[in-house]
Amino acid sequence: MGRIAALTRNPAMIALVAALAITGCASKKTPNNAADLGLNGAGAATPGSAQDFTVNIGDRIFFDTDSSSIRADAQTTLGRQAQWLNQYRQYAIVIEGHADERGTREYNLALGARRAAATRDFLVSKGVAANRLKTISYGKERPVAVCDDISCWSQNRRAVTTLSGAGS
Amino acid sequence: MKFILKPLLMVAAMAMGMNAAVSLPAWATLELNVNKGNVEPMPIAIPDFQGELGAQISEIVTADLKRSGLFAPIDKAAFVEKITNPDAAPRYEDWKVINAQALVTGSVGKEADGRIRAQYRLWDIFGNQQLAGEQFFANDANQRRVAHIIADAIYEKITGEKGYFDTRVVFVDESGAKNARKKRLAIMDQDGANVRYLSDGRAIVLTPRFSPNRQEITYMSYESGQPKVYLLQIETGQRELVGNFPGMTFAPRFSPDGQKVIMSLLRDDGNSNIFAMDLRSRSTTRLTDSTAIDTSPSYSPDGSQVVFTSDRGGGSGRSQIYVMGGDGSNPHRISFGDGVYSTPVWSPRGDLIAFTKQSGGEFQIGVMKTDGSGERILSSGFQQEGPTWAPNGRVLMFFRDSGGGPKLVSVDLTGRNEQPIPTANYASDPAWSPLLE
Repeated sequence: MGRIAALTRNPAMIALVAALAITGCASKKTPNNAADLGLNGAGAATPGSAQDFTVNIGDRIFFDTDSSSIRADAQTTLGRQAQWLNQYRQYAIVIEGHADERGTREYNLALGARRAAATRDFLVSKGVAANRLKTISYGKERPVAVCDDISCWSQNRRAVTTLSGAGS
Repeated sequence: MKFILKPLLMVAAMAMGMNAAVSLPAWATLELNVNKGNVEPMPIAIPDFQGELGAQISEIVTADLKRSGLFAPIDKAAFVEKITNPDAAPRYEDWKVINAQALVTGSVGKEADGRIRAQYRLWDIFGNQQLAGEQFFANDANQRRVAHIIADAIYEKITGEKGYFDTRVVFVDESGAKNARKKRLAIMDQDGANVRYLSDGRAIVLTPRFSPNRQEITYMSYESGQPKVYLLQIETGQRELVGNFPGMTFAPRFSPDGQKVIMSLLRDDGNSNIFAMDLRSRSTTRLTDSTAIDTSPSYSPDGSQVVFTSDRGGGSGRSQIYVMGGDGSNPHRISFGDGVYSTPVWSPRGDLIAFTKQSGGEFQIGVMKTDGSGERILSSGFQQEGPTWAPNGRVLMFFRDSGGGPKLVSVDLTGRNEQPIPTANYASDPAWSPLLE
């Protein structure tokens, strides 16, 4: 638990906890897994920060080829996202839908849009207010992995939940 | 530099010589039937045109004809007769011995008013006569166009088909790393010359397409944040949003009369449907209403039908090609081969539909008849897509990524004549203009 000790010595962390206490949100923050506790080696992220979301919650989910179904592993990630987003309500959210390169450009724009919508709908079903959520499709225009084989394509078939608005 | 797409006022054509090409009995001797299965390129001799700019012009003519795959220009070193007077009949025997079926002579000069005067004559060597002769006037900026016009004239005289050399291609110029590609709208001549940029690269731009009047393009841009379809006036740079839809609009194309843009509109449920918007009245018509991806619409040349991509058939979301009436009536699937089909584009001749097909881990460019029969694959590769038709319906251009980034490639309907289109950077999403006039 040395990590927690280190966090509490961080002035920024202390300030944020104080701010959250005022809004009444802090009590809902119940660390219940390794990610929440920041034990994955990236725990310096301030809880409630965009970095916290990306690193400790996981900002992206992945899809099977030509599919927009939310896989079981993705449901787990989106469940964590929803819990976090419901706790930190200051953020507006844009969900980016992406496709791998193994499809044509226009079709992949449509596929990315469908993935973003499926992700949005899942978060809404977990209580995230629909009016906080926007979607955008990048088709295959913004790959994160740039090799030409299956290992990259699977990383590019993704929906990324990005935070905007206050606090990011 | 001002970009001229308007009818080329400075180019005036007039027939030269006594012969009207179309009425010649010699027609039968100098003829290339491009509809036959196996076309042997016709040996053609094109000596440098006379005059200061002559060689430049004849080089362009030669390159056009060669890239068409229908002509085999003969090495100039083999020529026996040295043409000194391009207006005089050649020594036919001298050209017969090097097996030239056709000879093109010409000259390029400057008029007192600064215009270029270019003239050519096309000779039927084995028919011992002139087949055609024309002259053109153009301003300096249109030098290359004069050459393309001459190449089109020769192509048409010999094949009986319209040429496609005096055309342009709008495309997406791509530069930078693959995960941070800068994409700019660009326009160039069909042979890769005269590149001009139409956007600055700050926003992602995709899928530009020409209007039938060649003056404007429709394309998709992320400049407002949400991806949307725009119109761009090429000459003035004036842009406008097409429609005022809440969600993403994409995959635009003009109707054959230029009055409408047909495109996909994203529904709130994440599916995409096809709409047409009348550019004058701004009224929109919904053509599809399905819980599926409906995209990549393309009108038939008479506007009465629309071919498009849809995954409405299910089967793990595999996309196929469908045809419906121009009003959205009677949608029916036409692709039934083994694979995933997309990006259908109706030929300007009306007879074929070009497509991208994914099959066996490859991307293929092919054509099928408009009822889906007679599928032929013209080109296969690891990653290639997005065919566009030359205005004569005989050649396709598409983009291929062989690793690193995409480049433009053309292929004729036989599938045997594949040619790279030179571009400075990576390039994708080519769209061929109609013939300039």
